[in-house]
Amino acid sequence: MKASVASFVCGIVFALGLGISGMTQPSKVIGFLDIAGAWDLSLAFVMVGAIGVYFVAFRMIRMRRAPMLTGRFSIPTRNDIDPQLILGATIFGAGWGLGGFCPGPAITSLASGAAPVVVFVASMVAGIYLYAMMPNLGSHETKMAAPAEDLSAGAAVGNR
Amino acid sequence: MHNFTPFSALLGGILIGLSSAALLLLEGRIAGIAGICAGAIIPRKGETAWRVSFVAGLLVGGMILRIALPSSFNFGIIRPYGALVLAGLLVGFGTRLGNGCTSGHGVCGIGRLSPRSMIATMTFIASGVLTVYLVNHVLGGMR
Repeated sequence: MKASVASFVCGIVFALGLGISGMTQPSKVIGFLDIAGAWDLSLAFVMVGAIGVYFVAFRMIRMRRAPMLTGRFSIPTRNDIDPQLILGATIFGAGWGLGGFCPGPAITSLASGAAPVVVFVASMVAGIYLYAMMPNLGSHETKMAAPAEDLSAGAAVGNR
Repeated sequence: MHNFTPFSALLGGILIGLSSAALLLLEGRIAGIAGICAGAIIPRKGETAWRVSFVAGLLVGGMILRIALPSSFNFGIIRPYGALVLAGLLVGFGTRLGNGCTSGHGVCGIGRLSPRSMIATMTFIASGVLTVYLVNHVLGGMR
């Protein structure tokens, strides 16, 4: 219950961050990707702010044995660059550039009630189901770290 | 470079970083919205409740924005419906195949210096740049 409330509040703050940063506006996203047009660098500042905070916080949080409300950290540990990663990112980038929405801003923008957003999110959900229905693709799961044996965080803890 | 809004972008980015950090500190989870969304609609035991709560938080946050900052939903560019359907399918499928989106790879992944996430982020930005180039400068912006 506590964990659900925490997730809920994190979701609200995340949505407010998306709105304030301008990322709920496809014109800002497409403006960032349109390097041959009226280039809008704002999205890079969103990433600098978000990554900067997370970079510092991650190192501090990973010194803990466990999160505050649950028993263990669930952090991906894979380091291999597989074809699925490249192909998936390429497909996602094409959709992101075409529509100007990625998942977070799209869901947040449902609150606007605008029909194009509803159409985009419905199609995104269909894409998620399509992936889940493909037998060879749907089975690969992101490996998660057990507490204190996280490969990617090992270096982080080491150079604190 | 018109419409450049560095200060609000930085402030919003900091909020996104704080929210993602809080999710890690409290629940030990990565704030990857694509994965959260997929986990919320395709249930797995013990993995669903926090994701549904997070998505509900995004929606409530959106409602707060609608009242407090209505300009958030001045979309500016809206592609035709056919393009949005294709875009949604590509985003849903691609983020599952590639294990993440702008938040999971772009913020949380790069923030913990994951090589996979750095490669994925460079790849989807490059793919997005190419797509926007084709749509805006070859296909005439699809207006």
